Amino acid sequence: MRRIVLKGRKVVGGCAEGEALVTQETISGWGGIDPMTGVVVDLRHELAGKCIAGKVLVYRGAKGSSGWSAFFHEARLNGVAPLAMVFNETTTKIALGAVVTRVPAITDLDQDPTRIIETGDWVKVDGDAGMVEVTKK
Amino acid sequence: MRLKDDEKTMLDGAEGPAVQKAMEMLVRYGEALGAETFVDTTNVGGYMIADMAAKRRFGSLDAVFSEWCLDSDTVVEFPKVKVPSCQFETSMDPDHYLLIGRTQEDRDLYLENIRYLGKMGIQVLCTCAPYLVGNVPVKGEHCVWMESSAVVYINGVLGARTNCEGRESATCAMLTGKIPYWGYHVPENRLGSYLIEVDEDVKTMMDWGLLGYYAGKVVQNKVPVISIKNPKANRDMLKHFGAAAASSGGVEMFHIPGLTAEANSTEEAFGNRLPREALQYGIKERKYAYDMLNSIGQNTNVDFIMLGCPHYSMDQLWSLCSLVQGKRFKDGIAFWIFVPQALKDVAERNGFRKIIEDTGAVLMRDTCPALGRFIPKGATVMATDSAKQAHYLPNLTGIEAWFGSTEDCVNAALTGRWEGSLR
Repeated sequence: MRRIVLKGRKVVGGCAEGEALVTQETISGWGGIDPMTGVVVDLRHELAGKCIAGKVLVYRGAKGSSGWSAFFHEARLNGVAPLAMVFNETTTKIALGAVVTRVPAITDLDQDPTRIIETGDWVKVDGDAGMVEVTKK
Repeated sequence: MRLKDDEKTMLDGAEGPAVQKAMEMLVRYGEALGAETFVDTTNVGGYMIADMAAKRRFGSLDAVFSEWCLDSDTVVEFPKVKVPSCQFETSMDPDHYLLIGRTQEDRDLYLENIRYLGKMGIQVLCTCAPYLVGNVPVKGEHCVWMESSAVVYINGVLGARTNCEGRESATCAMLTGKIPYWGYHVPENRLGSYLIEVDEDVKTMMDWGLLGYYAGKVVQNKVPVISIKNPKANRDMLKHFGAAAASSGGVEMFHIPGLTAEANSTEEAFGNRLPREALQYGIKERKYAYDMLNSIGQNTNVDFIMLGCPHYSMDQLWSLCSLVQGKRFKDGIAFWIFVPQALKDVAERNGFRKIIEDTGAVLMRDTCPALGRFIPKGATVMATDSAKQAHYLPNLTGIEAWFGSTEDCVNAALTGRWEGSLR
């Protein structure tokens, strides 16, 4: 099995590993995910119908309403948050959202994670070290 | 992050547990952004409204907001806010709670919640457009606002400085007067990135909404510079422009040289850098925006008219009066106009409310259908003069939507049929 290591900047510390769910699109909070189930409800999204719960969410960034953080916060309270986040574009929405979701998160990686990592790959996110370890499926 | 003495004091708990929790959250947030310092804010707009499910789950309003707004595992008592703060639009109109499908119990909790905010010193403006009712930040003022249409208005039109904040960061800023110095607080991030040259007349409310919707679609969350010969627009047109651009793309800052606060010329708007791309806006682009906004509508039998997104101003209410005075809308049509309570009170005093409600319409306050996630019972096809509401409401509620001018909407209310077109 092929192993790839990406280096980036810590957004939120901590360590977690699990299966990746990847999209090159941005994700909405309000109107984008159902915080009761963790399912992506934005019908125009390529992940529509997929569940973010317990996954390492690899995505371009956040979009939409200022309710973004509140929706991911609520998903954590309901036990359906992702395990970790790896993303490309830092905005206030995604930084605040990652903080209140309280999962390891990394950005500004040396390669585009949404192209290197594929859904189903096994990914270890070490927030404090700013390191993402990918084991291809 | 490098903390100043007053920030360390708050973090150490000298100002009580709520302020300490707020400062802890802000430090985590600042580190996540990669910010190095905080900036003092003097104007915060946030969202602290609990629903019945949250009240039952957490037990008290202090408990709800400790979790929701401070991200705190322990329940703290909320002190008074440290800097001027206001509440944005909410999820309900307590006068018309039955019309929007809420119970007496929901209304009682809402009123209790509003009293709670009042005691904290939060100004209960309950509007997405605080600048319509006296909260008009000055150029350069560091603000902490939520609500995308308000953020883009005070950044772009007024030259105040805010990022698009969330529920937790806004409340934490209310209690501490601090926010990470990052994004649109930093002058160079406010410069233009895309040039949009307009060779169309942009005159009406609808024109400005279409231009905004197009701009957002093409620049996404970057800073567009709109170049128009002799630009002319009033406050409400710029309100519509910004709300549309924030909906289609996430625009939080823009320049219209000659009209907005921070640039008198295109060169100044780009800070002498070159635009990333130069785009044209003409007949074709205007039609593209109109068609995109009307792509959801199929059925022309309209049963719901929605005006007031962002909340209507007194000027807009007066224009509406002149369109509807003495008329009566078709039976079975719900015609709802959304305003801040302060303006509903003035409209009452002016006699505007009577003129408008004599048609069968209802003036609503504090909320909007998208935020409260409600539509009139049984409604299936909406018409609106708001690009933002036409963009969001079909996604949120499954209703069909038509977008057009206020006149198109009034005509639809009189006949029950959508006959709007691009003129």
